[in-house]
Formats: sequence, structure tokens, C-alpha cells
Amino acid sequence: MSLLELTDVTRSVVLPDERVLEILRGITLTVDAGEHVSIVGRSGTGKSTLLNILGLLDSPTSGEYLLEGVSVARLSQRKRAWRRGEDFGFVFQQFNLMPGRTALENVAAPLMYARGRQFWKRRALAAEMLDRVGLGDRLEDMPEKLSGGEQQRVAIARALVRGPRVILADEPTGALDVDTGGEVMALLDEIAAQTGAALIAITHDLAVAARAQRHYRLAGGVLVPIVLNAPGRVTEWVGDVPTDVPADVPADLPADSPATVDEHGAVTA
Amino acid sequence: MTGFVSTLVEAWDELRVHRLRVLLALIGVAVAVTAITGITAAVQMMSQAFREQSERYNGRDVTLTADVYPAWSGEMGTTPPTPDPAQIDAAYTRITEQYAIEYWSRTSWTQAPFRFPTGAQMVQIQVVDPDYGVITRFQPTDGRWFSESDVDRLAPTVVVNEAFWAALGEPPLASHPTVVLGGATPVRAEVIGVYPSTWSQEPPAAYALSGHAARWATPAEGNGAPGLRMWVPPEMSEELQPLITRDLTALMPGYEVSVYPNEFDDSLDNAATWVILGVGGFALLLGGLGLVNIALVTVRHRIREIGIRRSFGATSGRVFFGVLMESVVATFVAGLVGVVIAVAVVKNIPVDQVFGGGIEDMPPFPLSAAAIGMACATGVGALAGLIPATVAVRVKVIDAIRY
Repeated sequence: MSLLELTDVTRSVVLPDERVLEILRGITLTVDAGEHVSIVGRSGTGKSTLLNILGLLDSPTSGEYLLEGVSVARLSQRKRAWRRGEDFGFVFQQFNLMPGRTALENVAAPLMYARGRQFWKRRALAAEMLDRVGLGDRLEDMPEKLSGGEQQRVAIARALVRGPRVILADEPTGALDVDTGGEVMALLDEIAAQTGAALIAITHDLAVAARAQRHYRLAGGVLVPIVLNAPGRVTEWVGDVPTDVPADVPADLPADSPATVDEHGAVTA
Repeated sequence: MTGFVSTLVEAWDELRVHRLRVLLALIGVAVAVTAITGITAAVQMMSQAFREQSERYNGRDVTLTADVYPAWSGEMGTTPPTPDPAQIDAAYTRITEQYAIEYWSRTSWTQAPFRFPTGAQMVQIQVVDPDYGVITRFQPTDGRWFSESDVDRLAPTVVVNEAFWAALGEPPLASHPTVVLGGATPVRAEVIGVYPSTWSQEPPAAYALSGHAARWATPAEGNGAPGLRMWVPPEMSEELQPLITRDLTALMPGYEVSVYPNEFDDSLDNAATWVILGVGGFALLLGGLGLVNIALVTVRHRIREIGIRRSFGATSGRVFFGVLMESVVATFVAGLVGVVIAVAVVKNIPVDQVFGGGIEDMPPFPLSAAAIGMACATGVGALAGLIPATVAVRVKVIDAIRY
């Protein structure tokens, strides 16, 4: 039984002029515990919507989403919220640290929704997690006193402090320079591997995407498995490094056919 | 349990982080609670001060006074019958024992000649029992009031007014000054206490004990029989009145009996209480409106944070309750601060200057007013929190995170 299983999931919204906009179409995706999956795609292709559905922040319009074999459609709002807190950790592009609170308080914040030991020992657990991301000496610093990389480390510590089974990272390096982004992703990979959590990263950055074991491209609401060439080489790109995913998937490419994206962004079926 | 505690902790954290806005929002609430609690306490103190002053003349609440008069036809050429002191004492003793009245005193007036350094002078004497001092909250300016042991003394003791004491040359009471009570059988009476004169030119006056007066002074003619003052529980006074009247009438055939209570007018207290509650309530309403205003603005600034919390697993109920509790906890704390300020103010009121006299039985701090103030503040907080809490719940999580 897979940890997450999406089958033919769609998501559409009705626009003010009553037209229906299809954001996601026939998404089928399976993620097992401990896997690292990346999804690349242009802006506005539905990446965040997919991530929100995976993280129980949004619901599919049709199709089935099984979480450990249980259909999430059957879960009450309360239960979904509970599982979201228990099973998922979110890392956002803009870090989304809460202002006015120290790094320690930010990391302890998710534990306010935990029960038992996790709630009562929240400060100790948060301090321990900050130590793991290398910020053990910055516990009482406010977010505005931290660099971008440090803020994202705090966000990672916050995402991991409840020991989630899935980490959902939405453009985790989008607000960081290349080197810092690489360091942050290395850290995220490392801790995810240590904790056995699945990591699903949505990114524009092919170097970040290439770290994953499996890669997907989302275009026009369709999720297509792709193979990124030589993941180790992408970080060595110089000059015209593509900052966005390459050209659209050919319209006639079947959704289940692997595509290859080379270092110049060209897609081949 | 953890859920409730964590909601409170979360609410407290929010207040701590946003303390400046909270402080601004809650000043009105705290002031309103201070007003409700503090003024209520001050009014109670004022009322108690007035009551005690009144009780010094009329006896404590409730003091029943029984007067007995020998029945007399009033026909020309006849004189009123002379009361029989022994019969009256026996009847009074029986009544006080029968109804287990703890504090009671016979009271009557007489005159006796006292030999002052400047010459003998007739002095008005109020004849009482030791309990009279308790019943009337007697406060000597010097020395003491009568005790039970004074009753058994052979030589009489007197408590005199300042004019009497001045006529004696103001001797220190520690030296046990005496004065000759010059009746048919002169005797030295010890002055044991001094009380303030009622007005500036008041002639010498004194209190003496019933037993001593019977032995050493001649009751003034026409003053009638001694009355009986009884301090009874207020809730029993109405019930006791007819019973004592009936029993005294039965014990003293040939006498007319009248038993009546001292009465206090509480209408001022009640009116003041309503005015205070009205003003305080209005102030709380204004404070609550300010709170709603600031809370609404704050929620709009916190939309992203609410979205982030939802991603942590906060249910809509938890978000609603959390925002509501912020308001409730804030107003509760404001109410507490208001009560503390009220206590500090009330405890430092210069009672003598403000109320024109000391308060013997300081009324306890009005916990009921404090509780009402706290409850109102918390209620206002809950009401003020409903609107922002509803706004917070309607925030779409996805939009909130990107806000």
C-alpha cells in the first residue's frame, strides 16, 4: 500500500463569468514512504493546487485520493485537519515565518496543535529541531534578524518538528540564491532521509528537481513523468542556465510516457 | 484537556506578541472595570461610614427599643403611677433570656450633682448597661467604655464627655481620677473614659451603669421607666417585634408597651448602585466597540498567519475558538488589572478625610462588584471576539497562505 495515491484527479473552478477552468486534469501519482519526488512546471500550471490537494488543504473535483489506503473524501474536515497536522509538513517559497515570534516559537507553533508529550515538551522539541538544522545558537532570534537561508532552515525545522510522513515543499529555494538554495535542499534531503519522510518538491529550478528520485512535469494541468539527465551535472551549469522548465510537452505525448529534459531544457519523448 | 490548554496558551501567545495593540484596545475595558469595582467599593465604604455614624445615635442594625409606661388615665388631679424598677428589670431579663438576645441594655436618663473643683453642678447622666457601648459603637477619645467587671465594683464608674473632663482639669485617666458624686450619700466615682462633646457649648454629661445609678443617684421624677435596647439580627427583627410586645405586655400588667426598630434608608445605596452599573456598563460597551474595531483590523493583518496555522492542522473550530479566546483572555486580563487598580485605589482612600470619620467595621472589598466587572469584561470580550473569529474562519486557507 502506497503512502499517497492519486487516481485520475481533477480540479476545476467556476470563474465569475461562469466558465469552468480546469486546473488539473487526470492526475495520477503514487508516492511511497521515504521517496523524493519533484514536480516542475511553469507558473499557473496548477503545481500549487496539486500540492494543496496532496496536503489536504484543497479537495479534488473528481478522482480519488487515497492516504494510506483511506479515501480522503471520507474524512471529515476535522479529521483532515488533524491528519494534515500529523502527517504533512509544509515548506513555502516565502518561508511564511510568523512575525513577532522567535525562531524557537515559530518552530514550536505546529506543536500547539499536537497532543500529549509533543504539546507539553514543545519548546524542547523545537530547540532540538533547530539544532539539527544548524540554528541551535539562534533560538531567540526574530525572523527579520535571520538571512533568507536561515529563515528557510527555520521553516524546514518547523515543517519537520512534528515528525511528518510527507514533506510538501512549494518552491523551497525560490527566494534564495543558487548556493544557499543548494545548501537548503541538501539539508531538506538529509533530514527527510533521516526521518524517513517522503519529500514532494515543486520547483522551477531543475537543479533542485534533479535531486529527486522521480521527476514529473506539470503542464496544462497534466502530470507527465520525466527523466532529468545527469542530476549531478545540472549544478555545474554555467552561462545560459534555464530558470524555468523547458518548452511545453508535445500535445500528442501520452501522459504516461516518460519524457527527457536535457540540460538546455529540450524535451524529448 | 490538551486542546483546551493549548488554545489558551495560543491565545496568550497572541496577546503577548501583539501586546501593544492589546494594551490600546483594553485600556477602556480596564478603566470600565476599575470604575465599576472601585466606585462600588467606595460607595459601600461611604454607606458604611454613614451607617456607623447613624448607629452611634440609634444603635446598630437592627436595634429594637422597648419602652414601657405605667398605664395612666390622664385625669385631672391624678399623677402618673411610679414604675416599679424591680418588676421592669425582671421582665427585661426574662425577655432577653427567652429570645437569647446577646447584646441588650437598659437605658434611662437621670441627673446627679457632681462636685467639680469649681463647685457642684447637676449633670445629665445616661444610665446604661455595658452592652450599650457595643450596640452604639461607642468610641471614647480617651480611656475606655464600661466592662462587665465594672458592674460588680462597689464604687461607681463614669464615662464622661469632654466638657465634664475639662471641668475636672483634664486629669490623665491612667491616674484613675475620681469625682465626688454628691447625692444624699456622697461617693467617689472613677472616671474611666472620655467621649467627644456633641457640640461646643455642651454642658458636662456622663454615662453611668444601671446598677450604680440605682444605688447612688435618685431617678429624676417624671422620667418614666427605663427602656430596653436590643441588638437583634436584621432578618429576625420583624418577627421579634410583636413577640416581645406580646410577652412584655403579659409580664407587666398595668403597663403600656411599645417595641420599635431603628430604621435605615437604603434608597441612596440602591440608586447609587444603579448609576454606577449604568455608567460602568456604558464604559464597557465603548471599550468593547474599540476592541471589536482593533480585533477586526488585526485579523485582516493576520490572514496569512491564520492560513499557516491551518497548514499546521488547526481546524476551523480551533481557529474560531482561538481568535475568540484571544479576545476573552485579553478582556479577562484587563478586568483583572481593573480590579487590582480598584483595590489599590480603595485601599488608599483616606477614610477619615473623605468620609468625615473613621470606619470601625471596614466593609470587605466588594467581591461581587469585582466578579460582576470581570464577568462583564469577559462577556464583552467574547462578544467582541465573535466578529473577528467569524472573519478568521471564512479565510480560504490557500489564499491566506499566499496573502
